[in-house]
Amino acid sequence: MTILDIPRAEPPLDGHTPDGDPATAWHRAKLHYKQVSPLNRRKFTIVVVGTGLAGSGAAAALGELGFNVVAYTFHDAARRAHSVAAQGGINAARGRKVDGDSLDRFVKDTVKGGDFRAREADVFRLAEESVRVIDHMDAIGAPFAREYGGQLRTRSFGGVQVSRTYYTRGQTGQQLQVAAARTLQRQVAAGTVELRTHREVLDLVVTDGRVRGVVARDLRTGAIEVQAAHAVVLATGGYGKAFFHSTLAHNSNVSAAWRAHRRGALFASPSYLQFHPTALPVSSQWQSKTTLMSESLRNDGRIWVPKKAGDDRPANDIPEEERDYYLERKYPAYGNLAPRDISSRAAREQIEAGHGVGPLKNSVYLDFRDAIQRLGKKIIEQRYGNLFEMYADCTGEDPYTVPMRIAPGAHFSMGGLWSDYDMQTSIEGLFVGGEAGWGYHGANRLGANSLLSACVDGMFTLPHTIPNYLAGHLNEPLLADDDPAVTQTVADATGRLEALLAVGGKTGSDRFHRELGEILYRGCGVARSKGGLAQAIDEIRDLRHRFWSDLRVPGTGRELNQELEKAGRVADYLELAELMCVDAYDRDESCGAHFRVDHQTRDGEALRDDRNWCFVSAWEHTPGPLGQPGMPVRHHEPLTFAAVPLQTRNYQ
Amino acid sequence: MRITLEVWRQPSAQAPGDFVTYVVDDATPEMSMPELLDRLNDQIVEAGGEPVAFESDCREGICGCCGITVDDRPHGPVANTPTCQQHLRNFSDGDVVRLEPFRSAAFPVVKDLVVDRSALDRVVRGGGFVSVDTGTAPDAEDRQITFRRAEKALDFAACIGCGACVAACPNGAAHLFSGALLTHFSTLPQGRPERSRRARGVVKAVEAEFGPCSTYGECVEVCPAGIPLAAVAAVNKEMMRAAWRRGSDD
Ligand SMILES: Cc1cc2nc3c(=O)[nH]c(=O)nc-3n(C[C@H](O)[C@H](O)[C@H](O)COP(=O)(O)OP(=O)(O)OC[C@H]3O[C@@H](n4cnc5c(N)ncnc54)[C@H](O)[C@@H]3O)c2cc1C
Ligand code: SF4
Ligand code: FES
Repeated sequence: MTILDIPRAEPPLDGHTPDGDPATAWHRAKLHYKQVSPLNRRKFTIVVVGTGLAGSGAAAALGELGFNVVAYTFHDAARRAHSVAAQGGINAARGRKVDGDSLDRFVKDTVKGGDFRAREADVFRLAEESVRVIDHMDAIGAPFAREYGGQLRTRSFGGVQVSRTYYTRGQTGQQLQVAAARTLQRQVAAGTVELRTHREVLDLVVTDGRVRGVVARDLRTGAIEVQAAHAVVLATGGYGKAFFHSTLAHNSNVSAAWRAHRRGALFASPSYLQFHPTALPVSSQWQSKTTLMSESLRNDGRIWVPKKAGDDRPANDIPEEERDYYLERKYPAYGNLAPRDISSRAAREQIEAGHGVGPLKNSVYLDFRDAIQRLGKKIIEQRYGNLFEMYADCTGEDPYTVPMRIAPGAHFSMGGLWSDYDMQTSIEGLFVGGEAGWGYHGANRLGANSLLSACVDGMFTLPHTIPNYLAGHLNEPLLADDDPAVTQTVADATGRLEALLAVGGKTGSDRFHRELGEILYRGCGVARSKGGLAQAIDEIRDLRHRFWSDLRVPGTGRELNQELEKAGRVADYLELAELMCVDAYDRDESCGAHFRVDHQTRDGEALRDDRNWCFVSAWEHTPGPLGQPGMPVRHHEPLTFAAVPLQTRNYQ
Repeated sequence: MRITLEVWRQPSAQAPGDFVTYVVDDATPEMSMPELLDRLNDQIVEAGGEPVAFESDCREGICGCCGITVDDRPHGPVANTPTCQQHLRNFSDGDVVRLEPFRSAAFPVVKDLVVDRSALDRVVRGGGFVSVDTGTAPDAEDRQITFRRAEKALDFAACIGCGACVAACPNGAAHLFSGALLTHFSTLPQGRPERSRRARGVVKAVEAEFGPCSTYGECVEVCPAGIPLAAVAAVNKEMMRAAWRRGSDD
C-alpha cells in the first residue's frame, strides 16, 4: 500500500465568513471593509496574474479605482485567455421570468448541485453580484442574445429547471472575454494598468507568510524579471489539463497556483475535477484535446446508446425501440439536462457495459433527429449553428444527418487554491480569483456558473477585499530588487529552469504528459476506487522519476523555448497529480464529481457522508528533493449550511 | 499518410530564415495542422533537434493564436477556417505542404512560425472599447435591443483577432479587423456615446501600423469568423461620419 498515514493538522481553518445569516453576509462584509482613499491608491502596486475574465476584470476594476496595476499573461494578447472558449452561457440570479427563479433558488441549485461541498456564504455573494455582471458586460459591449421584443434572452442549462442562462449564440465566453480584455486595454491606454504579455509567472516572493512580488520569465527573450507588489492576484485558470486530453486550451496549466502552493498556499479539493459529459471522444493517437460541445446542446439533443451491447450498425439504422435513452429513463425529471457528474457517470457506465458507439466504442450519441423534426432545421441552425459547424470541422461528420458522438472529458477544476471569504489565500496579500480558486462549486459545478464566478471575483469581489487588505499597509515601500528574499526567489526559479534543461534524457515532455493523462483517467477519473488511486499514486511517482531522468529539453533558456515552457508545466502537473489522488484517496465518501465506487447507493448513486466529511480539505505542501515532494498535510475547513439544509441530491 | 513539410525556420527576429524539409510518415486524416506539428516536433525532439516554434492554444478555432500560412494561404486551404481546424483529410497522401509564418510588415517574425501581432492590440487601445467603469452600468433590460440588431452586432463581434486578414492583404491592411470592431460597437446603443471618438482613435492607430485598403477582398476569404466585407467599408464610413461630427464624441 502506498499511503499509510496522511498527516492531519488541527485546529480547523477559519474561512473568515461574517457571522450570522449567509444571505446578508456580503452586505455586512462590505460595510466593514476598510477603504483606501483615492489619493493613496496609486501608492499601491497590485500584480494580477492572468487576463481571463477574472484577471481582466480585476485588473481593469482596480485600475479604474486608481491603483497601480501590473497585469501578466503568457498569451500574446489579453483576449486569448481561455475564458474565450466558453460556449454555453453565463448564469445570473435575475429571476425576471415567471418560471419560479429567484436569488434563493439560484443559491439552492448551486449548493445542491455542488453536493454540499461549497461555502454557502460565497454562493450567496455569487448570486447577488450576478445581476450586476450581466449589466456590466452588456454595457461594455457583449452582444447578449435578445428576444424579438428587445429584452435579454435566456436558456436553461444542466442541473436546473429554470431558465437563467444568458448567452451569445455559442460564443458567450468569447464575447465576455473580448469585452473584458477591451476594458483592460482601456486602462492600459489610461496608464493605470501595465499589461505584460508573453510573460509566465514562475514564482512568488514570500516573506514572513506575506507575498511581496512575483518572478516572471519573458517567453520571447527568456529574460527573468521581478515585479514587487503590495498584493498579488492569481487568476490563472483551471488545471484540468493535467489529464492531457481535456477540454482546456493547450497551454492551460497549474504552475502559478502550484508554485504558490509550494510557497505556503493551501490547495483545496484538488480531486474535484469535473468531467464534461458532452466532450468529443478521443479518436486518434496524436489527438491533442477533447473538444467540448456545449452543454446547451442537451436542451434539444437526446442522448442514447443501442440497447444491445456491441451493436455496431450505423446510428440511423437502429430502430427506435432498440435505442436506450438512458438519461430520460433514469432521471425522468431532468432527463438530458441531468447535472454533469450524473450524466458523465451514466455515460461511462454505458460505455463500460459495452454499449459505447463509434469506431473505438468510447462514446454515446447526442441526437437532434427529433428536435429537427419538431422545430425544423432552421431553428436548430439558429440555436446551435456554429456548434454544429465545429462538430463537422472536428469529426468530418454532418450532425444534421447523423447523431453527434460525445464522451466525458476532463474539464473544470472545482478545486484550487484555498482562500477565505475575502478570496485571500493562506499567504497574506495573495488573492485568488476565477477557476484558480475553490469557493462556489463544491464537488460539482453547474453549467454556466463558472464564467459567472470569474466575473464576480474579478469585477465585484476583489475590488472590495484587496483595498481592505491594503488599508493596513499604507506607506509601506515595495521590496527592493536586491532584497535577499527577491534574489533567493530568482535563484530558485532559474535553478528550476536549469534543472529541466540539464536532465539530458531522450524524451520530450509531451510524452510524459500523455502518459500522466492516461494514469489519471484510469485511476482518478469519473469513478474512483481506493485500490485504483493507490496504484495511480505509484505510477505517478514512477513517471515523475522517469521524467527527471529521461526528459529532453532542447535549446536554452535565453530564447523562445516552448519545450522548456511545457516541461516546467508538466513537472508541476506530475506533482499536482499525486495530490489529486491523495485527496481522492483520503476523502472516504462520494460527492459530486468525486465518485468512489465503495460509496454508492443500491441504485449506483453517489453516497455522501456528511457526518464525517462535511468539510473542505486544504492541503499543505511538504518540501522534498527535486521531483519528490513529501507527504502533504491535510487541513480542513468545516462547512455549514444554514439556508440550504443538507439533503440527498436527487434528480430523479 | 505521408506528408512532406517545408517549414520556415528562423531562430530569431534578427536571424535570416529559410525553409527546411521534413517528412512525417504516420500522419492521419483526423490530424489538425497543429497536431501535425506536434507529431513533427515529437520526431525532432527524439532525434535531438530543435522543434519548430508555433502558436496555438484553444485548438477549437476561437482564441485566434494559431494562424500560420499554409501553401501560401493564411490559415490553409479550407476557406474561412482557422489553422487549428484545418485537417489533413483535406490533403492527400504524399502531399508536400509549405508552412510559413503570417507575412506582413506589421507582424514581425519572432521565431519560426511565431509572429508578433501586438499591433492589433494597439488598435484596440486607440479607442476600441466602451468607457463604462465597473459597477456603474444601468440595468441591461432598460436598453431594448432588437433581436436582429443583436445578431448583426454579433456577426461583427465574432472576430477572433487572428490577423489572417492582414496577412492575406497585399497591402497589409487591417480594415477587416478594425471595421469589425467599429461596426460591432456602432450597431449597439451602448457603443454610440463615443462612436466618433472611437472611430478617430482606432483609425489613427490603424493608419500608423498597417497598410491602406484597396478593397481587394482577400481578407474575407480567409477570415475564420466570416466577418462580412461590409466591415471594410465601415472603416471609411465611420471616419467620414466622425469628420462630419467635428469635435463631438458621439
Ligand atoms: C471549452 C470550455 C467551455 C466552457 N464553457 C463554459 C460555459 O459555457 N459557461 C461557464 O460558465 N463556464 C464555461 N467554462 C468554464 C469557464 O470558461 C472557465 O472556468 C473560466 O473562463 C475561467 O476563467 P479564469 O479567468 O479563471 O481563467 P482563464 O480564462 O483560463 O485565464 C487564465 C489566465 O491566466 C494566465 N496565466 C496562467 N498561468 C499563468 C502564469 N504562470 N503566468 C502568467 N499568466 C498566466 C493565462 O495567460 C490567462 O490569461 C468552459 C470552459 C471550457 C474549457
Ligand atoms: S477579421 Fe477575421 S481574419 Fe481578421 S483578425 Fe478578425 S477573425 Fe481574423
Ligand atoms: S488554436 Fe485557438 S483559434 Fe486555433
